[in-house]
Amino acid sequence: MNIETRIDHGDSPVRTGTAQPDGKGHFGVYGGSFIAETLMDPVAELQQAYERYRKDDEFIAEFEWELKNFVGRPNPLYHARRWSDELGGAQIWLKREDLNHTGAHKINNTVGQALLARRMGKKRIIAETGAGQHGVATATVCARWGMECIVYMGAEDIVRQAPNVFRMKLLGATVVPVESGSRTLKDALNEAMRDWVGNVDDTFYIIGTAAGPHPYPTMVRDFNSVIGREIKEQSIEHTGRLPDAVIACVGGGSNAIGAFHPFIEDKEVALYGIEAGGDGVETGRHAAPLTAGRPGVLHGNRTYLMEDDAGQIIETHSVSAGLDYPGVGPEHAWLKDIGRVTYDAATDDEALAATHTLCRLEGIIPALESAHALAHAVKLAPTMGSDKNIVVNLSGRGDKDINTLATIEGMTL
Amino acid sequence: MQNAISRRRIAERFGADPSRKLLVPYITAGDPDLDTTLALMHTLVENGADIIELGIPFSDPMADGPVIQAACERALAGGTRLVDVLDVVARFRKTNDETAVVLMGYMNPLERLGYAEFAERAAAAGVDGVLTVDLPPEESAELGVELDKAGLDAVYLLSPTTPDARLTAVAERASGYVYYVSLKGVTGAAKLDTSEVASRVKHIKSLVNLPVAVGFGIRDAKSAATVAATADAVIVGSVLVAMVGEHGSDADALHAAVGGAVRSMREAMDAATGPAWDPALEA
Repeated sequence: MNIETRIDHGDSPVRTGTAQPDGKGHFGVYGGSFIAETLMDPVAELQQAYERYRKDDEFIAEFEWELKNFVGRPNPLYHARRWSDELGGAQIWLKREDLNHTGAHKINNTVGQALLARRMGKKRIIAETGAGQHGVATATVCARWGMECIVYMGAEDIVRQAPNVFRMKLLGATVVPVESGSRTLKDALNEAMRDWVGNVDDTFYIIGTAAGPHPYPTMVRDFNSVIGREIKEQSIEHTGRLPDAVIACVGGGSNAIGAFHPFIEDKEVALYGIEAGGDGVETGRHAAPLTAGRPGVLHGNRTYLMEDDAGQIIETHSVSAGLDYPGVGPEHAWLKDIGRVTYDAATDDEALAATHTLCRLEGIIPALESAHALAHAVKLAPTMGSDKNIVVNLSGRGDKDINTLATIEGMTL
Repeated sequence: MQNAISRRRIAERFGADPSRKLLVPYITAGDPDLDTTLALMHTLVENGADIIELGIPFSDPMADGPVIQAACERALAGGTRLVDVLDVVARFRKTNDETAVVLMGYMNPLERLGYAEFAERAAAAGVDGVLTVDLPPEESAELGVELDKAGLDAVYLLSPTTPDARLTAVAERASGYVYYVSLKGVTGAAKLDTSEVASRVKHIKSLVNLPVAVGFGIRDAKSAATVAATADAVIVGSVLVAMVGEHGSDADALHAAVGGAVRSMREAMDAATGPAWDPALEA
């Protein structure tokens, strides 16, 4: 028994015919380990530890216990009837990751990595955060297990996501503003990497998305695959079969890869990854590397990037801080190239409209990140019959975004 | 055009005078502009540089501290591109055919230009070696082939955390010299333990059959001389780049500061390791 077969419950040998990644973390030509020499040894140590514990029954049992008793899993697969009726097509089901402890899927991964850090004897935890959800989820597990927690956050994001900054501080974390570069998520990631290089002996870096050097993309995917596994079980329970489509938003892509992974071999299930279209992909002001970028190397892996024609990473634009990232997890890059997942973008306006719709029709305030996936359901559902089922991964709740929403409507809270 | 394939300036510099420890200053190309970079390269040579490491500015320099990050931002604000960096080397070669030039940077600009085109143009410009910070040897096969074809040396990093098995594996891929990162940290960090460095360098030299250059954390003449006692070359970057940041627009002050710093390191290194010519011995 290892964590992968457990994740798939043995009913879908996910890697059949598509053995990804290879031993060095390559998904096709993507992924790998593009890091400075000082990090090679700690990354190798992490690879060995993860290889060992992903097959360790006691580790898996503890992870599953924490998901049930601390995170509150399984969360529901909820039939959004009023919204489905209004759209007049496929039935829409919401995977309620927003109901997890701390309000998003991010906790799945931080629980897993914190358990690994404990086994590796690392007492100091660092993390980067964009919207603050990963920072909160990291601060939470550090409080839970008594570990020092330092969270790097772009200075611009600290302003946009003030409630989450305060949450992290309440939980005992130190939040370090990052003033370099574009002062957003990518710069926070740079700064966390720099911290790690200087403190490799006692520090564990909990990366929040399915990107970075091997084994992070695989590890973060595995810890989040509980999302897709539950979708599978709950779909069969509610409808007697697998869904016809699964939609998830993609920034770095951790909630999406977690939702998609158990379905990769189920070719009858259409998978849609929705990036942040910002002002519109055609304006250049967006955060949609899979839709409008090209392959390159950043943050330890080869993947699709937003870059200029000289190979410099360019600033991204999205109303949602959690999607405001110029790269994407390497497995998504590979899934795009092999055509298994369809990637598209939703604009700020489309995401905001979907947010309001869900609030009014279903009584759920979605995170602005998740609202990009909802926006795609608005386009997709009417094209499908009412006997079809779409699952939208509602990756987080929107309480953190109320200041952003109020500002857009010209209000101050 | 320079016949780059037949010239191995890095090996020439290390082989020229066995008693001379090489001094390898680093500056970021295009900081604050390319003309300043060109003038500074000559100043570095006049004051004792043997090899110049020229930084390719990148938007996300993950292995660099705040000083070189700021230099990258200044260079990029001025619009410096990888092809401009190659151009400044070509301009330098018009009057200097001896000093080796090693480009140091991150993968993505090279990837965007294309490895083959990059290697050909770099060799044609008179570049001697390439060090890509975020390209460990494990991922380097494709670029390595192109560098080799173009006659360019591939310089790799070794660190305090590199295990012995990796030391030898990395050295097998490397040519010119290996760059020992003297501390666990980013460029410009200030916690150099020179006795630890000395024992690591001796250990590396027992396993690796290439010159060992040491960088990260060398700030002044004293630390340069101490490191030069065991290393084959001393690399100094952030302290010089900070001077560019301070004096950028004031050419006289900039060249006085950078030239003076390099000169003092050169003199301290020569004094510590024994000068090639000592008047006392003539008497």
